[in-house]
Amino acid sequence: MKFLDEYRDYSAVKRMAQAIRRVTTRSWTLMEVCGGQTYTIVKTGLQDLLPEGITLVHGPGCPVCVTPVEMIDRAVAIANRSEVILCSFGDMLRVPGSTQSLLDAKALGADVRIVYSPLDALHLARSNPKREVVFFAVGFETTAPANAMAVWEAERQQIQNFSMLVSHVLVPPAMEAILSSPDCRVQAFLAAGHVCMVMGFDEYVPISQKYHVPIVVTGFEPLDLLEGVQMAVSQLESGRAEVENQYARAVRRSGNRAAQGRIAQVFEITRRAWRGIGEIPASGLRLRAAYRDFDAESRFPVDISHAEESCECIAGLVLRGQRKPYECPAFGTRCTPDSPLGAPMVSSEGACAAYFHFGRRKEDGDSIVSIATASN
Amino acid sequence: MAILSCPLPRPATDRILLAHGGGGRLTNHLIESVFLSAFSNFALESRHDGAVFSANGGGLAMTTDTYVVQPLVFPGGTIGDLAVNGTVNDLAMCGARPLALSAGFVLEEGLSMEMLRTIVASMAKAARVAKVPIVTGDTKVVDKGKGDGLFVNTAGIGAVIAPKSIGPESVCPGDAVLVSGDLGLHGIAILSVRNGLEFEGEVKSDTAPLWPAVEALLDAGIKVHCLRDLTRGGLSSALNEIASLARLRITVEEARIPVSGVVRGACELLGLDPLYVANEGRFVAFVPESDADHALEILRSHSISAGAVRAGMVHENSCGIVTLQSRVGGHRVLDMLSGEQLPRIC
Repeated sequence: MKFLDEYRDYSAVKRMAQAIRRVTTRSWTLMEVCGGQTYTIVKTGLQDLLPEGITLVHGPGCPVCVTPVEMIDRAVAIANRSEVILCSFGDMLRVPGSTQSLLDAKALGADVRIVYSPLDALHLARSNPKREVVFFAVGFETTAPANAMAVWEAERQQIQNFSMLVSHVLVPPAMEAILSSPDCRVQAFLAAGHVCMVMGFDEYVPISQKYHVPIVVTGFEPLDLLEGVQMAVSQLESGRAEVENQYARAVRRSGNRAAQGRIAQVFEITRRAWRGIGEIPASGLRLRAAYRDFDAESRFPVDISHAEESCECIAGLVLRGQRKPYECPAFGTRCTPDSPLGAPMVSSEGACAAYFHFGRRKEDGDSIVSIATASN
Repeated sequence: MAILSCPLPRPATDRILLAHGGGGRLTNHLIESVFLSAFSNFALESRHDGAVFSANGGGLAMTTDTYVVQPLVFPGGTIGDLAVNGTVNDLAMCGARPLALSAGFVLEEGLSMEMLRTIVASMAKAARVAKVPIVTGDTKVVDKGKGDGLFVNTAGIGAVIAPKSIGPESVCPGDAVLVSGDLGLHGIAILSVRNGLEFEGEVKSDTAPLWPAVEALLDAGIKVHCLRDLTRGGLSSALNEIASLARLRITVEEARIPVSGVVRGACELLGLDPLYVANEGRFVAFVPESDADHALEILRSHSISAGAVRAGMVHENSCGIVTLQSRVGGHRVLDMLSGEQLPRIC
């Protein structure tokens, strides 16, 4: 399959791994920002191919992982209204709220549906004029253009029974929050390729300069990730801190201007709470005043007085790259994908779920495997 | 314990979820916690596709399966084809030649007679192909809204031909793991019509009777240790069940596992893993390494298993896991499906 096979080619990957070995003279800690990258790394066992000193820590770029509990409680409360069809992307359904996930609500009779695109939700609203269709919009800059487009279309076509529960977040403020933490271990970033496909990468230049940290815009296939590591390590070894683009086949410096325009037309920047991390100023999107009629939060007011996390879950430390999932005492025992304590154990892009399912191992020891299978 | 003061999310076990029917971890939990504990007996506890027992001096296999697929007709087959082939295949996985099937129908008020005739005709045809008669049946009609058009249950009885017990308990370290063909066709065919997705080149369900290929292996004297058809939960769930019952480690090589271009493309697009996608005409066979080449030759001579490959092998290890060598040379655990396989966000 073109654009996939060449980036999963065994000999090309091996050559790139050798190139990394050649440039590495000491230990470095790199963070891949996006959960999709984490998924590839763990699923293909990429860490096996890296030199001992290179540590990859996993970033906050899992959209469902950072959606606050309060927002899930709100979505569940809205879904429980009899007139509502609540739609979201698949992963979101299993994330635990304070007492229920959306999938639990569905099992108890709420009309909760999986869609592949917000425009499918809009279509559902058109074909169910007597129901209220609410789309739970989560994610980063990657999903924002399609969500903006759905609201814009709803306005244009005057579809009154469509609204959106918005919990959008932005990547650069989260990277800054990680870098400004006093116990930050991250020395370089592999930035999320698809976020940059939309937004370009100019906004990373000031971050790279301020914190003197290499940022390499990186794709999602094994060869992409190894090349990203090679570029970041080369910068670290030579003392440079620049923004470079490994994912040039998809990302242009200026990004996708049309998509940015639609986001800016429909959404405005707001402060946003991140699950496990806390509130970050100017780190999210909400609907502009002109589109407030489509805001599910004001259409269906819900009193969420007491949203609670499990106190055992260390998702925040995992999302900031300060702990590996298996360093959590609950990992694989009290917290599994079937009964998750935190969101990173739910989504396929969540670091904990990736470690649980693919339990990285080397031939010489089964320690991680035994953790990953302890609950079987 | 202090942690009990926290409002932990309610474990998804006090109510039936769709994932309980997904063939993965929750299905296993349901079987173990509800059915096995209630019905406990030797045949059931072997956790095979069918039960094997002796009667009148001969070995018999018995199995049952219920079909609830939507839509009722899909590219490559109907719910009726699945109902016949699925039960024939469960018997075949016990090393048993199918002798007779039953068919039970739950019909929803309002179902078109034409649809019923189409499905019954496809069952008759599938039974002819599999050379097994449908000898008894039952029909119930439920109120409109209480069924999804039509549900079918089939049960089957077969004569065990295999000279030795076929099942996870017979798997040995050193066994070769053979996969009978490319994976994921059925699951993607269903998804393509259910979600209105169109792919270049139609994807057709692989539904087919597997007994002729199994019979050929047994007739040739291949020492078949274990067979499992790869239905719900796909290859990885089947391997995990076997590894955990046999308390051995199974290793597979990703690059050897055949997946067609169109299934790969669909899986990439939908964020699914073909190793977890359902099949209805594929199986995995565990045979001694010394028999592996001969077994592959036999499988490849049958159209249903023409794409058979050697995908991995069995190793000593008491913790019962499956590991996979990825296409790029890394290693990881190949886990059982957890929950439903849900589309990813980006």
